[in-house]
Amino acid sequence: MKYMLMMNTPSAGPYQVASWPKQDLQAHIEFMKGFARKLGEAGELVAAEGLAGPDQARRVRAGKDGKPITDGVFPETKEFLAGYWIVDVESAERAYQIAAEASAAPGPGGTPLNLAIEVRQVMSGPPKDLQ
Amino acid sequence: MTPSLDARTEHLLRELAPRVLGAVTRRFHDFGASEDAVQEALIAAALRWPRDGVPDDPRAWLIRVAARRMVDHVRAETARRRRAAIVVSLVPPEEQLALPADLDEGPERDDTLVLLFMCCHPALSASSAIALTLRAVGGLTTAEIARAFLVPEATMAQRISRAKQSIKDSGVPFELPAAGELAARLGAVLHVLYLIFSEGYAASSGPELQRGDLSGEALRLARLLHRLVPDDGEVAGLLALMLLTDARRAARTGPAGELVPLDEQDRSRWDRDAIAEGVALLTATLPRGSIGAYQVQAAIAAVHDEAASTEATDWPQILALYGVLLGMSDNPMVALNHAVATAMVHGPAAGLERLDALAGDPRLSEHHRLDAVRAHLLERAGDLEGALAGYRRAAERTTSLPERDYLLTKAARLREVRR
Repeated sequence: MKYMLMMNTPSAGPYQVASWPKQDLQAHIEFMKGFARKLGEAGELVAAEGLAGPDQARRVRAGKDGKPITDGVFPETKEFLAGYWIVDVESAERAYQIAAEASAAPGPGGTPLNLAIEVRQVMSGPPKDLQ
Repeated sequence: MTPSLDARTEHLLRELAPRVLGAVTRRFHDFGASEDAVQEALIAAALRWPRDGVPDDPRAWLIRVAARRMVDHVRAETARRRRAAIVVSLVPPEEQLALPADLDEGPERDDTLVLLFMCCHPALSASSAIALTLRAVGGLTTAEIARAFLVPEATMAQRISRAKQSIKDSGVPFELPAAGELAARLGAVLHVLYLIFSEGYAASSGPELQRGDLSGEALRLARLLHRLVPDDGEVAGLLALMLLTDARRAARTGPAGELVPLDEQDRSRWDRDAIAEGVALLTATLPRGSIGAYQVQAAIAAVHDEAASTEATDWPQILALYGVLLGMSDNPMVALNHAVATAMVHGPAAGLERLDALAGDPRLSEHHRLDAVRAHLLERAGDLEGALAGYRRAAERTTSLPERDYLLTKAARLREVRR
């Protein structure tokens, strides 16, 4: 079963990476790299990406002529997606376990961030039972 | 193996893969490294045979190439160990590496069954056992298996190498399990083949067509297993179940890849040869005594396959068979199907009564299938309001995309009828 683990961070919360001391930032990056490597070695990783910051994000919709109309992301946006993992695991419990590990990524001063990770099952093909 | 390989060569290579691996593992006592070596030999053959022609004795050719890779591997390992000064052997390396003349114990020796037991070892997780079986016994490449399961190749490679490590750690010898253990271990093999089949069967539509190959591969492996243990009723039962289910493949999805339920399928598109083969297998096996769950499921599939329509189906027979199956295993999905069969024989009210009794089962109470079956029976009973709510709830709960589309379409149709 595949699950998407989404790391949402509040716009004004603890995840203001740009203001962290260098040492803490490095520890955080190391953790994330090692985390992805570990998932790969466990044969569970499907994909993992970190996303560029929200100030670079654009909202796009189609205009009457079908051409894109872009707009900046408004500052009142309370949360944004910082990154995600897609894992292929044997059970939902295992996905939760992985999410908890990601949630404990170190923040300023090495303290676990304990960010909320949203876990969503990826839709699969048709049902598997044979009858 | 590679797209350029003609079907006959590919078939030959896949056929030989487990027998070559058996011979090499028996000689070198290192399953993990032998498996890698055989995989390399298969790739070498896929590159060279189309150019140079198939050798006179393809099996011996593959064993020779794989053994050479093993010698290289052992040599590198010895050098590594020597550098690490961990192991100092008194036997000169040239003697350690000499290939005995009896490496190939002849074409009559077939270790495929031993390999299957090893790959489907209970110590492995289901996904590991599936991957390892497809590679070691099926002769598929890691890339092909990764594609079939929609994961990156590197991830699949890690899964396979971890599986091999688990086997090494568990210290299973390369031999058939003891007689007392045999039945249970054979059960594990059947379960893995069943999972491979249903994985492919579940994804036989649209852009995921390639995954349908998994069903074909599971069928091939089940045939192979049936050839090795022809007297086992459950092996024959699983093969029959696969044939009788796969026979409906063409009718199971509509032109846009949408799910077509059994009662709406165009039965003229069912594969009559596969049905005949499945029924013949079952007929030869059933009178032999001890009956297992795969045989009963195959028997149910056969009753469906032999009926001209849903109405003409022998539902009392199906109900009786689900009753037998219920007595064998405590499976909530079997209980649901039993309720459907009850409704077909005794009317929707009787089926709904069964469902109410099942709703207390915590494995079912939150399951979308309970809602879907209830909606279906309510619709038949004329309670369109209740049916609509059930389809909608089931659509919210399912994790299968085609099934959600199907349930939403059902709900939409009811809304139109109601208006």
